[in-house]
Amino acid sequence: MLVVTLFVASFAIYTAMYLAPGNPIAALTGGRTPTPQAIQVLEERYHLNDPFLLRYARWLGNALTGDLGVSIPLRSDVSTLIRQRIGTTVQLVAFASLIIVVVGIALGVLGGLRRGVVDNVVIVLSTLSAAVPSFVASIILLSVFAVNLGWFPVLGGGDGFLDQVRHLTLPAFALAFSSIALVARITRAAVRDEMGREHVQTAISRGIPYPLIIRRHVMRNAAIPITTIVGITVASLFAASAVVERAFTLNGIGAYLIQAALSKDIAVVQGISLVIVAVFVVVNAIVDFLYATLDPRVSLGASAS
Amino acid sequence: MSLVELPTATVASSRRLLAGRGLPFLRGTGVVGHVSAFVLFCALLVAVFGATIAPHDPDLTNLSFAFVGRFQNHYLGFDSQGRDLLSRLLAGARSAILGPLAVVLLSMLFGTALAIATAWKGGRFDTIVSAALDVLFAFPAIVLAIIASVVIEPGLKAASLALAIAYTPYIARVLRSAALRERSRDYIAALEVQGLRAWVICVRHLGRNMVPLIVAQGTILFGYAMVDLAAISFLGLGVQPPQADWGVMVSTGQSGVLQGYPMESLCAGLCIVVVVIAVNLLGERLSDRSNLVTR
Amino acid sequence: MSTVDGRLLDVDSVAVRLPVAGEPRTVLHDVSFHIAPGEAVGLVGESGSGKSMTARAIARLLPPGADATGRISFAGSDVAALKGAALRTYRAEVAMVFQDPRAHINPVRRIGDFMTEALRTNHGVSKTEAAARAIGLLAEVGIADGQRRLEQHPHELSGGLLQRVMIASALLTEPRLLLADEPTTALDVTTQADVMAILDDLRRERGMALLFITHDLELASAVCDRTAVMYAGQLVEQRTSSQLHDDPLHPYTAGLVGARPSIDGDVIRLAAIPGRPRSAYEAPAGCAFADRCAHAEDACGTARPALEPLEDGLVRCRRAGELRGLLRAGGRHG
Repeated sequence: MLVVTLFVASFAIYTAMYLAPGNPIAALTGGRTPTPQAIQVLEERYHLNDPFLLRYARWLGNALTGDLGVSIPLRSDVSTLIRQRIGTTVQLVAFASLIIVVVGIALGVLGGLRRGVVDNVVIVLSTLSAAVPSFVASIILLSVFAVNLGWFPVLGGGDGFLDQVRHLTLPAFALAFSSIALVARITRAAVRDEMGREHVQTAISRGIPYPLIIRRHVMRNAAIPITTIVGITVASLFAASAVVERAFTLNGIGAYLIQAALSKDIAVVQGISLVIVAVFVVVNAIVDFLYATLDPRVSLGASAS
Repeated sequence: MSLVELPTATVASSRRLLAGRGLPFLRGTGVVGHVSAFVLFCALLVAVFGATIAPHDPDLTNLSFAFVGRFQNHYLGFDSQGRDLLSRLLAGARSAILGPLAVVLLSMLFGTALAIATAWKGGRFDTIVSAALDVLFAFPAIVLAIIASVVIEPGLKAASLALAIAYTPYIARVLRSAALRERSRDYIAALEVQGLRAWVICVRHLGRNMVPLIVAQGTILFGYAMVDLAAISFLGLGVQPPQADWGVMVSTGQSGVLQGYPMESLCAGLCIVVVVIAVNLLGERLSDRSNLVTR
Repeated sequence: MSTVDGRLLDVDSVAVRLPVAGEPRTVLHDVSFHIAPGEAVGLVGESGSGKSMTARAIARLLPPGADATGRISFAGSDVAALKGAALRTYRAEVAMVFQDPRAHINPVRRIGDFMTEALRTNHGVSKTEAAARAIGLLAEVGIADGQRRLEQHPHELSGGLLQRVMIASALLTEPRLLLADEPTTALDVTTQADVMAILDDLRRERGMALLFITHDLELASAVCDRTAVMYAGQLVEQRTSSQLHDDPLHPYTAGLVGARPSIDGDVIRLAAIPGRPRSAYEAPAGCAFADRCAHAEDACGTARPALEPLEDGLVRCRRAGELRGLLRAGGRHG
């Protein structure tokens, strides 16, 4: 299923880009009128006259070996261009995921276990943060912490581990902001649900201490929905990071995708779209696998199909 | 499970207050639902009449007023180009609100049609459509919109169409299971026995009974559409400057933010946040209600 | 170890109120009874009569916000005041078997974890020792391949097997009192008898006291020495099981006896009690059963009767004396 999905998705991406308006020869020659010989050379080098399916097959075959073609405006290897930038995106997504997991689950557990004031604060916070899109969060964080307070650098990626962390802190929080609310909500609901389960009553009736009941029964069982929502969220961050990378002018694949789309760099849009879709599909498959390991009622065979 | 839970006493009293009253469309959504709906109604009015009621020309630039604060009847001051900020916010509501509305209508139309068709026909048709939707699932909405901006052209139309397609599988999946549940009920079989044509049953009975769920899902989807569409405009692939639009304004205001004049970005961002909060709150209430209705 | 006048558990004038929609509502009213060591007492009533709430009050499992008065003592000590080690000891000595084993056993943990958790956590028993004891008890409840079962998850076992697991794990801490809350109601009819027989055998072997909660008067009579009947959060009658069944003192008990299909010759007669059961908070001001009772007089509706001795039992009915001898016939024909 995973392979089929990726195969069909790659075909869809390639076809869409094939249909995109624009003349690659014009892009290659930069507006000058080329000689017929020059056109022929370019057509042969970039296989522009081959039938569509053959070109798709060649592109897919190359993609499987890690070669995503050549960026015509930059005359540079797309895979190399992606490789230079993907590190920033992975770091940003990892940092944001960490924030989402720690803050989201902490808030959710707090709200789930403590009724009253604490719970209401959690609910209000998550209602607010759920409604703040990453680009608005970026602007607010930039304005407050970078421009006015000067605690963090305004733009760019930074060098060395600590400097990178400092540069990525605001972007990571901006990216995490609305997802924190989602994870907190699901966690809170899951904890509430589990607290009310009959098997928790059984554990209480046997004198199991409260912290152990929370750990072994409530959190252990709530981990199943929490893992699912965290997984889905993390999978979607790769696409969402484009917005934050753009807002903070970070040099990641998301910002590069936007730049390529604006400059009609077909090969790069194809390549990065394929990478993002692949990551999305693979992370979702991992989530399914984790779900099956956490919940003995779900068999591994069933989720793989 | 609702996101905002008021203290029990308040909820109990407001329930009593609204049990038999309130607008028919919003019955059972409580005070929060009514307030949210009111906010959305105002937003819709601004979306339609915003450009008309704007006190100044939203596109009139005067660089000598760049970043000037509140001044005479320019209540929010000026942006980086010296345009009246309040007027731009009012004018920008149109694409920021009507765009997502179009997205929601389109994907609800696609999603509902596919859901009812697959649930009704079943068999191979269901298998093929469901498989195709599964592939569509693999595309994050933003990626699809970026591809559309390259294939068609950057703009509100391409972005809206892309988002509508990206959301369709989510809507179709939720509504398909509801349609299956509804289809298995006895009254549908009774109608079939009476010899009613399939599409009549689907539209008049099956579809109509799913309306509370469709409305709830559509409301929740509106929040996502608004955020994603504004994000695409922020990236420069949606609504094109200099047209006023909240997403575009957050982006064009960014230079101001870095120079210490964050008004344009923050005001446009705040407009988005307020509408999204209202949509989310109302969507939850409606979805709680539809759960009660459909059990 | 035994206490004054041979009482293991003493429930004395317990009343419980629960908040419903912000207002406290009475669910138990003036519940008093006792259980001697090794004695089996049945608690019979319809759903909502408060029998499960009584067990929860004893097991200290009342829902949050519950307001309980009266006194429950176990082996002489006040249950409500227990803390720390004393509470853990109490939890070990009073074990509970729940109605729905599928819901009351954590679905994501192994049977072995479920059975040995209390032993290992609270009693410092090693993992292997706890597993060995669990396997031994599984054998006693008729599960031969215990070793394999400990590795399984609840969804791999049938309801009947799961309830045996629940019983076995309740017995692991060697309790002196077992609270069994409708232990067979959620099971198939065919496995109900098996599970009931196992429960009864193990109890007798160990000389363990039992509070058996059921809606089934016949079943209670078969298993228990004494049976108490609950209606609308109150005890209405308490008596030796066999006599309660054959010669009820309270009109409600008579109704319960009559409501069971019974075969007299070839005629099946089923007598129902008119109306629906009342919860404690909606019971009439006087006798809680007055509005459904065939023998009620005006006076029954004004003053709430007390639980008073009559013959060898206790009954909460001001006319119980006059009605002696009438109820058997009345129940069957009414």
